[in-house]
Amino acid sequence: MCGIAGVIHRGKTSDIGSEMTSMLTALKHRGPDSTGFAVYGKPADNNNEFVMRFKVAEQEDLNKGSNILSTIAERRAAVNGRMAEHNAKILTEVDATEYAYRYAFSFDGDDAALEKMTRYIEELEGAEILSLGRGLELVKDLGDANVVSDQYGLKGFQGTHALGHTRMATESDVDIRSAHPYWAYPYNDISVVHNGQITNYWIMRRQMEFKGHRFLSNCDSELLAVYTADKLNDGYTLEDSLRQSIEEIDGVFTYVVATKDCLGMAKDTMAAKPMVLFESDDLVVLASEEGAIRAMIPHEIDTYDPYDEEVRVWQA
Amino acid sequence: MAGLETEGRSHDMGLHNEQLSGRKMQTFFSPDDSENVVYPWAYDVDFNKRTEIDMADLTPTEVNIKIRELMAEGYGSIVIKNPGSRHSIGVGILNKLNITYEGSLGYFGCGLIDGPNVRINGRVGWSCAENMMAGTVVVEKNAGSTFGAAIRGGDLVCKGSVGSRTGIDQKGGSIIVGGDTGALTGFMMQRGRMVFCGNAGKNLGDSMYDGTIFVGGEIQSLGVDAVHGELNDVDRAWLTRKLKLYDMLPEKGVDHFTKIVAGRQLWNYDNLEPHEKKIVL
Repeated sequence: MCGIAGVIHRGKTSDIGSEMTSMLTALKHRGPDSTGFAVYGKPADNNNEFVMRFKVAEQEDLNKGSNILSTIAERRAAVNGRMAEHNAKILTEVDATEYAYRYAFSFDGDDAALEKMTRYIEELEGAEILSLGRGLELVKDLGDANVVSDQYGLKGFQGTHALGHTRMATESDVDIRSAHPYWAYPYNDISVVHNGQITNYWIMRRQMEFKGHRFLSNCDSELLAVYTADKLNDGYTLEDSLRQSIEEIDGVFTYVVATKDCLGMAKDTMAAKPMVLFESDDLVVLASEEGAIRAMIPHEIDTYDPYDEEVRVWQA
Repeated sequence: MAGLETEGRSHDMGLHNEQLSGRKMQTFFSPDDSENVVYPWAYDVDFNKRTEIDMADLTPTEVNIKIRELMAEGYGSIVIKNPGSRHSIGVGILNKLNITYEGSLGYFGCGLIDGPNVRINGRVGWSCAENMMAGTVVVEKNAGSTFGAAIRGGDLVCKGSVGSRTGIDQKGGSIIVGGDTGALTGFMMQRGRMVFCGNAGKNLGDSMYDGTIFVGGEIQSLGVDAVHGELNDVDRAWLTRKLKLYDMLPEKGVDHFTKIVAGRQLWNYDNLEPHEKKIVL
């Protein structure tokens, strides 16, 4: 089933961490297996500064013997080493959990060099980069919205827009790797949450892999992130990419995608997956159920269901 | 004689214009008699006895139980405050009752009802009034998809726009919408009528067995076996009466409405055995 949500403030920032936590708490019944956030903060002034969220173990690994903490420490040291090998200078390190971290770092190479470094990091056992971008910070873990939000200190996070997802695992495992949101190369600041099922996943995945894109999971939703990143890299606008996806991707889906300054949504031709939308001059909120919007905006508002094949994009 | 008049009147109203033969299972209901059709266990309520429920700290189950308790106490007019877009509120009410929701409902609101007059001063989510059998439901704002799925009777009204698959598998009654409707509206519709003052999405009336759909705006496309019908005086009279009843009559009247009916090429009732007719109808 899954629950998805998005919020974008136009022309201002807000405590999007708390807002998205409230919305995803209201959607808990749609997916209790894992919760994910993609929050977009203010990008660093310098174009060579990035934020990377990554983990070096799964939550359940903590129960696998007394040596796991030293193993995690070794893996983290290895990550630091590989960053140093690529002349990435770590500016700040935050321990989000015992196995997940937030690094701010500077890197003077181009996008290809950055991708090469991160792929090198992900060769390490247990290492997965959850997000890497100038504005995007992606957090996902097992548990409900409040648990994950508190664990990663998201409440109080100031930013312009955010995505969220509560997952009911259907076609892949209950683990962080299969949790949403997803992001992808080569357009780093992209994130996607999805409700539905993509029926031509393997065909599309092979096409994307043939073009050199990486997949970290077997979850069909990751395809949407890779697909969108591929389109944006090819010069498509976000709106054009969303429209094209309705033509090229089979199945039932409603998905929400964010870039560093935009939020967009698309619904399949059958409109088989729900979405409720509230839009005002300075705020857009959308979610699988109106209850999630009410959790953020308690007073009476006008909302509507986007129609089949509807595509919308909003600028922060 | 009175029975014949009732039957004749219902034909004049366009309620029974099917070109079918061999159908023995039809039951003709008269709106005049509907007042007398009540469940033997129905509560005897007084519409002048009014009360309120604040839902802010109650679960939908608690509210649904509370509504029954109040009906048992004779309350005939109930106002629900702070419904908070929660799901499955006000379902299974098989009683005459005036009930007003001060706010929006989530999914499956007012489903499986038979008799109450419901007003929702807000929006409704998916599958509002699913399987409704009688009564009226009036939604003041927009509605989600599968609005009025499989309803069998009554008037289901949305003053705003509705989502996709409106009236899917409709078996009777009327669905009246002030705005637009989405794709696959009236899919496998079997009986009853739908009215959309605005536009209709793709595949309108796809695979409909029977029934009538009126659209005041543009139709993106018709579904399989949905065809244009001729808007006659009975249709105009019915549309005018119904839309006026809910204060939704367009200024320019109803002459511009397009009528959509089943082409009857997909499902041929006359070729079915009696037991098969019973299944499909």
